[in-house]
This record gives sequence, C-alpha cells and structure tokens, in this order.
Amino acid sequence: MELSKEKLLWMYERMQLIRTFENRVKVEFGKGKIPGFVHLYAGEEAIAVGICANLTDADYMTSTHRGHGHCVAKGVEPRGMMAELFGKATGTCKGKGGSMHIADMDKGMLGANGIVGGGPPLACGSGLTAKLNKTNQVTICFFGDGASEQGTLHESLNLASIWKLPIIFVAENNGYAESTPAHYHCSVENIADRASAYNMPGVTLDGNDIFAVYEASHEAVARARTGQGPTLLECKTYRFNGHFEGDAQTYKIAAENEKYQKERDPIKLFRDNVLARHLVSEAEFKAIDDRVAAQIDEGVKFAEESPFPDVKETYTDVYVNY
Amino acid sequence: MAERQLNFGQALNEAMRQEMRRDPKVILLGEDVAGGADVDHLHGDEAWGGVLGVTKGLVKEFGRDRIIDTPISESGFIGAAVGAAVTGMRPIAEMMFVGFMGVCFDQLLNQGAKLRYMFGGKAKVPLVIRTICGGGYRAAAQHSQVLYSLFTHIPGLKTVVPATPYDAKGLLISSIRDDDLVIFFEDITLGAMKGPVPEEPYTIPLGKADIKRPGSDVTIVAIGKMVHHALKAADELQKQGKSAEVIDPRTLSPFDEEAVLESVKKTGRLVVVDESHPRCSMAADIAATVADKGFDYLNGPIKTVTAPHTPVPFSPPLEDHYLPNPQKITAAVLSLF
Repeated sequence: MELSKEKLLWMYERMQLIRTFENRVKVEFGKGKIPGFVHLYAGEEAIAVGICANLTDADYMTSTHRGHGHCVAKGVEPRGMMAELFGKATGTCKGKGGSMHIADMDKGMLGANGIVGGGPPLACGSGLTAKLNKTNQVTICFFGDGASEQGTLHESLNLASIWKLPIIFVAENNGYAESTPAHYHCSVENIADRASAYNMPGVTLDGNDIFAVYEASHEAVARARTGQGPTLLECKTYRFNGHFEGDAQTYKIAAENEKYQKERDPIKLFRDNVLARHLVSEAEFKAIDDRVAAQIDEGVKFAEESPFPDVKETYTDVYVNY
Repeated sequence: MAERQLNFGQALNEAMRQEMRRDPKVILLGEDVAGGADVDHLHGDEAWGGVLGVTKGLVKEFGRDRIIDTPISESGFIGAAVGAAVTGMRPIAEMMFVGFMGVCFDQLLNQGAKLRYMFGGKAKVPLVIRTICGGGYRAAAQHSQVLYSLFTHIPGLKTVVPATPYDAKGLLISSIRDDDLVIFFEDITLGAMKGPVPEEPYTIPLGKADIKRPGSDVTIVAIGKMVHHALKAADELQKQGKSAEVIDPRTLSPFDEEAVLESVKKTGRLVVVDESHPRCSMAADIAATVADKGFDYLNGPIKTVTAPHTPVPFSPPLEDHYLPNPQKITAAVLSLF
C-alpha cells in the first residue's frame, strides 16, 4: 500500500514523539520527579502509530497500564500528559489519574488502565454506543499478552462477535507478562489463533513493522466501519525497558535489550525503509527530531513549573458530602 | 377515586418504560431481560422479561436494539454498560442477583466507580445496575445476600434500597437521570408487594430519607424489607406503650444523616435494623455516625439488629433464625427502657 508523504512524516513524528517522551520519562522518573509507577512503551511505537494512522478523533480507544504511546498516537497532548505524570493541576486529568489513568474524552481516549484485562469490556461499551447510534466510529482495544489470559478478554471477544461490534482488538505481544514469558503463560504460539474460536478474523503480524501494522489495521478498521464486526490483530513486539521502571529484568537473557534495540527498533526500521526508497530525506527527519525534542523539553518545563492541585480537588469529581 | 395499586415489579417496569420513552439514550441490558434472543418462533418477542418478570413487555415496545439480552458474561456486559455510559448512553444493566457481582467486581470497583474521578471529571458514568438482593426466599448463600454495605463503602458508587413500590418507581427514575453509577437493590421478597403508585413519572431525590411512621420514644432506622419488619415491631411496641419512629433512609449513598440525627434528637434512643452481617455494616456505620454526631441526644446505648456473621443458610429454620424479624426488633427496643 502506497502512503502519502504527509502520512509518512506523520507516522515518523508520532513514533519519535512517543520514543522521546518515554526516554524523557525514564530520566525524570530516575530523578524522582515522577511519583508512583511508570510502564514505558519504547520499542512498541509502530503498533499504536500504525493503527492510529487509520483513525479520527471521533474513534475510541481503550488502553493498558503501558498507555503513554497509545495516548500520544491518538493525539493527546504530550505536555498535559507530562504534567499528569508529575501529578500537576495542569495534567490531562488534573493530576488525579497519573500514568496509568490518562484519558482524554475529546480524543476518544477512554483511559489507560491499571487493571490487566480491564479495558476489553469497556471497549464493548463504546462499540455498542457507536453501533446503536449508527455513527461508524470504531474502537481500538489494546491489550498485552498478559491480558490475553484474562477472562474478561474471552467475554469481550465473544460479545463483540455476537453483537458484530466495530472493534479492533489489538494484542501487543511483547513476549512478557510482567516477568513471565509468553511461551510459558500462553497456551498457543499466536494469540490471534484464538480468533477462530470467536468467529472473527485473526492476524498475527510483525508489530515492529509499521507498514504491516498499518495495512492489517486498515483492513480491520474498514471491516468495522462497514458493520462487518470485530477483528483480532496480534502484533509481535518487544519492550525495550522493564515491565516498570526499576525492573531489573533478570528474566531477559544477556544483551537481549541491546539486540532488539539494534536490530528491531521500529523507528530505525521505518527510517531505513523510507530512506532506501528516497521518500523522505535525512534533513526532513532531522527537522522532525529537532521539533519533537523541543516539544518534549517544553512539556517537561511546563510540567515542572505547573502547580500541584489544590487539596480541595480531593473532593471533586465524585459524590461525597462527608 | 382509590389510588392505583401496583406491585414492586410493576412499579419498576413502569419507571423504566417511562424513562425509555423520554430519553432514547436509555437502554437495558442483562441476562434474559427479554429472553429468547434469536429464537425464530418468538418473532422478537420476549421469553421471560427478566428472571422475575420485572422487564416484561419492554422488548415489545422498544425492540431488541434497546432491550439487549446478554450472554452469561457479567464482566463483559457490566463493563460494556460502563463503556456505553462514558460514551453517551444511559444504560440500565440488570445483574440478576447481587451475589453475581463477585464475578464482575473489577468492572465496578476499578472501572465504573473510578473513571470520573481518575479522568479529572472529564467522564461521567450515568449507569444504573439493578440487582436482586435479600434473604427469605430459601435461595441459600449465593442468591440471598444484601451486600449494599459493601458497595456503599466504595466512592463513586451510589446505593439505593427501596422498600415500597412508590419509592421504587421514584427512586429508579432519579437513578436513571443521575450522572453517577447507581446500584439499585430490589429485595426479592418485596417483588409482589402492592402499594399506591401514581401513573405519571415522578422523582424521589437520592439522599432523602422518609419517615415511614412518626413516633416519640425511639428511632428505628431500617433498610429495605427491614422497614416492614420495623413497622410491625412498632405496632407491637405501641401496644406496650412505646411510640417508635421508623425511618427509611431509602438511599445509603448518599445517606440522609440529618433525618436520623433529627429523629434521635427527639426520641433519645436508636435501634438500627440491617440485614447485613454486623461488622462493617450499614448498621455499624449508622450507629457510629450517631455516636459521633448525636451523642448528646442519646439516653442509652445504640442497639443494632443484624444478620449474624455467617453465610445465609438454606434450611428454613436456619434462615428464619438468621434474618432479623419484628420480634428481634421489639426486643432490642424494649432493652432500652
């Protein structure tokens, strides 16, 4: 499938924005600026971006604890996200959600989710809304290989299939559920093989190849928009970091991260591909890199300089009178 | 003209029917809410209309797009109801028995209850989950619980426990129009109870208790079907020269503290009747609230009448022993004099 130059540049910029965001989160977390837990998406950028290249703001998305990349790909503003991670009043959720709960209803982003397998039932809900209102909005339901072992996913795949909901279930199989390898926790080699049990198409693909992701999701989105029901896509990928920041990753073999970063970096693969085809120049990439770096610098500055929420905010956005 | 009488289930049915007519965003989903989905010879008509028939006739008027039978997938359809609510619908989900909440607890505890707060107020969850609760039906431990204390503990959920058909209709309409997730408890033994119910739609505000019987010597706060036991006890107490005021909080979250404190101020005595297990129950909570905020009004200790800290037993003599009843309430009240 031939992509316009505009789309190629958009893909590169979004992937680079995620990578730069995550690398900076790693640094700021290390400095103690970011409270709590963070789960980094670096290495998996081609999936979120390849899929979101088919969407509009009106489309919905449910996400996971590793949700920063999904948010950026869906168009959530990185500066608000960074402020949210810092726990500041200017954050996407006013500092009340944090890394695992970033949501932006204006972008159809129905929240990162601290519960593994928490999102698929919610995706059935947004899918049901779109179906009942006949809006042709689709819902992307991201989940990891760990969540593929949750009962909620079984229920949701079945519901989506019998109700023909406009959902694309996207398994991001990065090889590990926390520290437990997929070859141990998963009864099948390919999660998408389970699709046949739900009478829906299942496709396993290289999640580090943004072109493969884009093409497969393009077809799945078209199916969903035309009332043909859900698809299960499995994107094989690899996370460059631990399950959470601070994870010593003793379950990985020696130099595993380095090998993947050298050979399977989705951004590098994209660059090499596009440069070889002379579709984008080094100078154009450089201009994007500079713009993204400046944007993240500005976002961190914004987050640092923003105030913490007033303690009165504890009592808003929920019913309480005692 | 005599007031129109409806039973509890008919009152609930009418509330849903009127709200679905008023607002096309209101949908109903759950197991067998119509029943017989995709069965050719039913031609779209229902098989059941809910396990107790509460939703009978709704599919005929609103069709299967809005009255949606679900598989037996509680996490799936409760989560779907939450997801539909945050994206603009106003679903009513029917969780057949409250014990089944155990199957889908995450979707309530960590999703539905928390999205609005975690998202900094950018989402709302206008969802009502209707569920059957209560003992006395010989249905044993998994189908006889009340559990409203458990859900009242969780911020982001509202809990409603009506005791009469009139309250059931008005509170359900309010719950459907509320922008928060409301869990609406329907006591299984009250289903056939009749009472006056106006035909036109009306609302009863969440958080407003009702004095079911005025009195001057003792306040009895009773929840759900316990209200009727308390009223029977009050009749007996009257014969013994004691005037009991029976207060029905109607909703546990929000809870009308003021109504209870005002009553205790007048009577000086408090008995709380709750079908929950005693620890961390509404009874314990109401007693603690009055001890904290109304201590000076009290002429004696606060008494609670609850179920014991055991699962609900099956055998009729055991279940009868387990449940609070008018005699237990009367004895608790008389111990204060």
